[in-house]
Amino acid sequence: MERSTGYIISFAAAVCLICSVLVTSTAVSLKDRQVENKRLDRQKKILVLAGLMEKGEGIDAAEIDKRFGDNIEAHVIDLETGEYNPSADTGNFDQRKAAKEPATSTSAPANKSGIQRVPNQALIYHVLENGEPVTLILPVEGKGLWSTMYGYLALAPDTTTVKGVTFYEHGETPGLGGEIENPSWVAKWPGRQAYDASFTPALEVIKGPAGPPDTDPHRIDGLAGATLTSRGVSYLLDFWLGENGFSPYLEKFRAERSAS
Amino acid sequence: MSSKMNQALLDPLFNNNPIALQVLGICSALAVTTKLETSLVMSVAVVAVLALSNLSVSLIRNMIPSSIRIIVQLTIIASLVIITDQILKAFLFEISKQLSIFVGLIITNCIVMGRAEAYAMQNRPLLSLMDGIGNGIGYAIILILVGTLRELLGAGKIMGVVILPLVTEGGWYHPNGLMTLAPGAFFLIGIFIWLLRTWKPEQVTED
Repeated sequence: MERSTGYIISFAAAVCLICSVLVTSTAVSLKDRQVENKRLDRQKKILVLAGLMEKGEGIDAAEIDKRFGDNIEAHVIDLETGEYNPSADTGNFDQRKAAKEPATSTSAPANKSGIQRVPNQALIYHVLENGEPVTLILPVEGKGLWSTMYGYLALAPDTTTVKGVTFYEHGETPGLGGEIENPSWVAKWPGRQAYDASFTPALEVIKGPAGPPDTDPHRIDGLAGATLTSRGVSYLLDFWLGENGFSPYLEKFRAERSAS
Repeated sequence: MSSKMNQALLDPLFNNNPIALQVLGICSALAVTTKLETSLVMSVAVVAVLALSNLSVSLIRNMIPSSIRIIVQLTIIASLVIITDQILKAFLFEISKQLSIFVGLIITNCIVMGRAEAYAMQNRPLLSLMDGIGNGIGYAIILILVGTLRELLGAGKIMGVVILPLVTEGGWYHPNGLMTLAPGAFFLIGIFIWLLRTWKPEQVTED
């Protein structure tokens, strides 16, 4: 049956309207739950990184919040000076939002990580044992091949020995660049050295396999089939361990420790 | 009438299985079947999308102008898939991360559009709904069989519970690495097609 052009256009418009209303109302009504899921997922990754939780251990939201609150101390720090900001509200500090606002960020110097703006302040975590920090957890981000990869790097109190890494959000190709989440690759990180003897960022993801941490401390296996993602990880390490990232803070941290 | 209903529902299970006979939807069947859990969730998602897309396409089948029917079907299917994906992200976050892009890729699963175009456009809503559920279950049967075997042979577990203790964990079972990779699913699906066609020789295609 032949239909008039007007009918076809209004039919198409009606279908689009109905479908978009359905999709948006689902998305909007489920948003709170999804945001909460993401927050818990990020906290779980931090707990695993801190060694406070087994990977895949099934614990509920209350237990996650409890372990987090009992063992982990959040700090907002000033990236440029490396000072703590004791008045900041760590619970509601949103570093990504801070990086977007002109008032709370500066435009980033030229870098290979595709970072446009650096926040003035960053949210970091200390894992405590008997009141002393045993692990520093620093947020890192940078462009991979397709997406910005968001993760955390865990350092020992010497600020150099890597205790682990985790990426909690990215859009790299599943099975290739997406392997930055693969536990066996992540397991190659602990024991490597983030800085060399003069505290210049030295950690790098290479092409091909690297040696064990004690003989080859500054290099990490590349991901097969994901050269650009691997390179992205190297660049983001370079940026966030450098002077525009956490270097001033880590310097202060070392100084305070040797003084006490 | 009810026999027609039964036929719409039951035929796709073995007589006209979308994966084994029509050889549709292989891509996701290879990708998500490394574990039974992901296979189950994917099966439920596909059954839901297929049933609802068949039903809604059939409800408006007489109003759809034939010149834009494919794009209308796609719009409906895509909306349903996005809604499914959103629901999974809200209620089954861990699994939705493991399924990653494959829930979104239900949009391109040939079974969904194939049934909308080939069946729902010609048949009444209730029959189309049955056909959608039937084809979804046909897909699910293969997924669950493959998922069970791959998890059992590849990791010695079913639903994460150890069945065959692995050598690496002090047991006796040497896991079959092939089963954890996509080609393992390919071989398994091939074997199923072979068994099914031996059981029902009328499915054998002529050379």
